[in-house]
Amino acid sequence: MGQRMTYREALREALRDALQADPRVFLMGEDVGRYGGTYAVSKGLLDEFGPERIRDTPLSELGFVGAGVGAALGGMRPIVEIMTVNFSLLALDPIVNSAAMLRHMSGGQFSVPVVFRMATGAGRQVAAQHSNSFEAWYAHVPGLRVLAPATVEDARGMLQPALADPDPVLIFEHAQLYNTEGEVPEHAEVDIASARVRRAGSDVSLITYGGSLFKTLQAADALARLGVSAEVIDLRVLRPLDDATVMASVRKCHRAVVVAEGWRSGSLAAEVMARISEQAFAELDAPLARVCSEEVPIPYAQHLEQAALPQVDKIVAAVQAVMEQIT
Amino acid sequence: MNLNLHPPMTPFEVPAPPAGLVPWEKHFALSLLADMLRIRRMEEKAIELYGQQKIRGFLHLYIGEEAVATGALRALQPQDNVVATYREHGHALLRGVGMNAIMAEMFGKQQGCSRGHGGSMHLFDRASRFYGGQAIVGGGLPLAVGLALADQLSGRRALTACFFGEGAVAEGAFHEAMNLAALWQLPVLFCCENNLYAMGTALARSESQTDLCAKAASYGMATVSVDGMDVVAVHEAMLGAVQQVLQLQRPVFLEFRTFRFRAHSMFDPELYRDKQEVAAWKTRGPIHTFSARLKAQGDLSEDEFLALDAAAQAEVDAAVAFAEAGSWEPVADLLRDVVTPQGAA
Repeated sequence: MGQRMTYREALREALRDALQADPRVFLMGEDVGRYGGTYAVSKGLLDEFGPERIRDTPLSELGFVGAGVGAALGGMRPIVEIMTVNFSLLALDPIVNSAAMLRHMSGGQFSVPVVFRMATGAGRQVAAQHSNSFEAWYAHVPGLRVLAPATVEDARGMLQPALADPDPVLIFEHAQLYNTEGEVPEHAEVDIASARVRRAGSDVSLITYGGSLFKTLQAADALARLGVSAEVIDLRVLRPLDDATVMASVRKCHRAVVVAEGWRSGSLAAEVMARISEQAFAELDAPLARVCSEEVPIPYAQHLEQAALPQVDKIVAAVQAVMEQIT
Repeated sequence: MNLNLHPPMTPFEVPAPPAGLVPWEKHFALSLLADMLRIRRMEEKAIELYGQQKIRGFLHLYIGEEAVATGALRALQPQDNVVATYREHGHALLRGVGMNAIMAEMFGKQQGCSRGHGGSMHLFDRASRFYGGQAIVGGGLPLAVGLALADQLSGRRALTACFFGEGAVAEGAFHEAMNLAALWQLPVLFCCENNLYAMGTALARSESQTDLCAKAASYGMATVSVDGMDVVAVHEAMLGAVQQVLQLQRPVFLEFRTFRFRAHSMFDPELYRDKQEVAAWKTRGPIHTFSARLKAQGDLSEDEFLALDAAAQAEVDAAVAFAEAGSWEPVADLLRDVVTPQGAA
């Protein structure tokens, strides 16, 4: 028997499990305790686990993210919540220069078993400084594992393997997903290595992740009504990328469109397209395409914000253009 | 408005050389002298090897500052953690990394303490809880806070000694780490090695408040300022601070006032300071002033000094031979330590 819950509840259940299972695990971040978590993910956990393990921090991203790295070196299993990816820029140094590099530059002596969780993405009219999708920046860095749970099942299941990973793991939770509901199977085996086919199809591969998954699935529905069979791949893991699943789909469909919320230039979409070109170029019947955010800081006004982001109609239009083209 | 952002070179003031009775048993005093000599001779050899292109990249020398690492590290216990900077050859050596492994690391050999991945700036050693070798100025301070937090949460009676230069005091990481350590009552010993120049920028040209202890005190932290050229003063202050940190479970800030005799790195032409200032500080050199005091009180003969020096030199020679005989990590292993192999953790 599966259980129905929200994405937020799934994250909280995963945290509760982790805190119960391992005394080395603790959660720290801004307002994770008394406030209950900015997105209410950790609500109630302070009463259950106390202020040492549900640790409120000052507004010191550089300080407490670095402390999370240090605590991992010292044998703990910290889960560090950064309120949003936008603020993680204040902590790039400990994430990139320390967490990602310590193992290699110490000659393999020090693994850094830390998990960073943070909200990402746009769509809530919170304007430029609270709407970025910088997960691709982290996916650029060797030594990091980057996860983007889109489904409630993944929200529930990704934390445990992330904590079991001896190296640093970043989990990006799209802010639009916290209220989504879904089913969590009772004995779900959730890996943090593979992409997943969320909808099977035969005409075009739509490759996406995180907050864009549901827009892409809606687009696939619309395309089906137009007679186009779209396969939807949820990348789930942005580093290391699961090339095999992507290429298998491309070899089947011979056309591909990448949908990702980051800006186009130097993006994760660009990386996926480059890999398809490298590994499956001969399979393509049409040029690759992508639907990304417009190259503008995310505006406040709703109509402008929506115009800046990938949308169902843009995805449908991009697919239609690809279907009409022949190489 | 007359914003004096580029004042001329600051007129320097150099205190009198360390003097007075060394209140230590002879054997102990000589062992600290021996340690200072080991660092000095190792680094002098490193300069030579740099000239021969055996050592490449950045090489930041500690020459002149040896009393700080020597007096400070001797006050620590094996269960304590040490976080240091890119000027860390001496700290690594005295923490027990081993001169062979340090020298091999500087050569880039796989017998080096970091398998040749880190070089001079990234010496690491799990066995002696030596956490680098951190080459982002200020970057080690939040890590030290986390290591101390791990000790606190695990109920271990240990402290974390974090070494950093006065240049780090201008970084946000310094202030965030000081606040967290004081707020969470963590056993961190913040060891500021104030050598007066952040690369080429004099303290007075980078800080509106040059009293570094005042900054630490603003976080409600106990502070001590020490003559970092005097190994006796360093060690005694460190012993007191260690006790204070462990008993009260609070961080302490130590300022060691010291001076680097050599350039910042091998690429530094030293345009920013007066040669006379360097010469004046050399009269306060930690090795010869300490030796003179021991001789004056009859605890050190010239023969004993020469024997210690010869032992240091022999250790250096052996380390160089070890490094020379070492091997290069195969390029096939290039990606080996990026992530932890499955089943290794």
